Amino acid sequence: MPLDVLIVDDSAAIRKILQRVLKQAEVPLGQVHEAGDGLEALDKLKAEKVSLVLADINMPNMDGLQLLTQIKASPDLKHLPVVMVTTEGSQSRVMEAVQLGAAGYVRKPFTADQIQRTLADLT
Amino acid sequence: MTGNQTTAAPLDPAAVAASIRAATEEVFSTMLGLESTPGDYAVVRDAPGAIDGVVALIGLAGTWVGTGMVSCSASLACTLSAHLLQGEEEGRRQAVDDEVLDSLAEITNMILGNVKNFLEEQLGPMGLSIPTVIFGRNFTARSMGEGEWVVVPFACGVDHLEVRLRMTPARQPQPLRHGFAPPHAMRL
Repeated sequence: MPLDVLIVDDSAAIRKILQRVLKQAEVPLGQVHEAGDGLEALDKLKAEKVSLVLADINMPNMDGLQLLTQIKASPDLKHLPVVMVTTEGSQSRVMEAVQLGAAGYVRKPFTADQIQRTLADLT
Repeated sequence: MTGNQTTAAPLDPAAVAASIRAATEEVFSTMLGLESTPGDYAVVRDAPGAIDGVVALIGLAGTWVGTGMVSCSASLACTLSAHLLQGEEEGRRQAVDDEVLDSLAEITNMILGNVKNFLEEQLGPMGLSIPTVIFGRNFTARSMGEGEWVVVPFACGVDHLEVRLRMTPARQPQPLRHGFAPPHAMRL
């Protein structure tokens, strides 16, 4: 099954980098969607078919942990794996994300290999 | 530490400078494929003088509050953006555009975000603001607050970049928020 991915980050540069890394990954890739914050991501999740979410934490309007909470509280979305891709690297923040249901955690700055290994673990 | 305590013990500037060096070098090597050579750090009371180029500001808030700044010439900002977005853009960009400003914002977010991870080990949880990026000639940037800046210069080829951080104990501990808008004052 091809992977339909939603990239959620307020930085257009990071969205572009992640798009490129996804295209280079050895996993079958379907559609890649983008959102600039958690609120826009929830709209995209209602409108598009998505099988994986890559989300930053520090974002305006709705941050990544709030987005993760909303996804896991939704009967329609809670099955979605959500990987946090963020500068937030403290143990407490990682634990918080895991307790909220994050499927993975990649700290920025990241290598393409780290992202691709995380994808491989989830597929 | 609990969220109600304010830690007033001074931060060790050498340790802060070391964390800035480590974070900057990691971002340069991992995301940009560039080498950055750190210079000696300085502790200064004054904000930077007139700036020609690009400056990015980011706020930190918890039991301590502060501001981080990354500044460089327009030319280096273009080079950094081209390297960050490598694969799509070959060579150097010619002018500072939205993509260059966004790239510098993200580079600042990664550098100061990782410095924040170091600071949190001593000062407890902190929130990080959305970066503000300014591009212009002969402008000054001020952040509200007190205290001294730890300043670390980096050479990158023939150009240079400067990372600054100033932290002071909060009069009242700030609630932990991610992606808040920082108060900055600018004189253009």
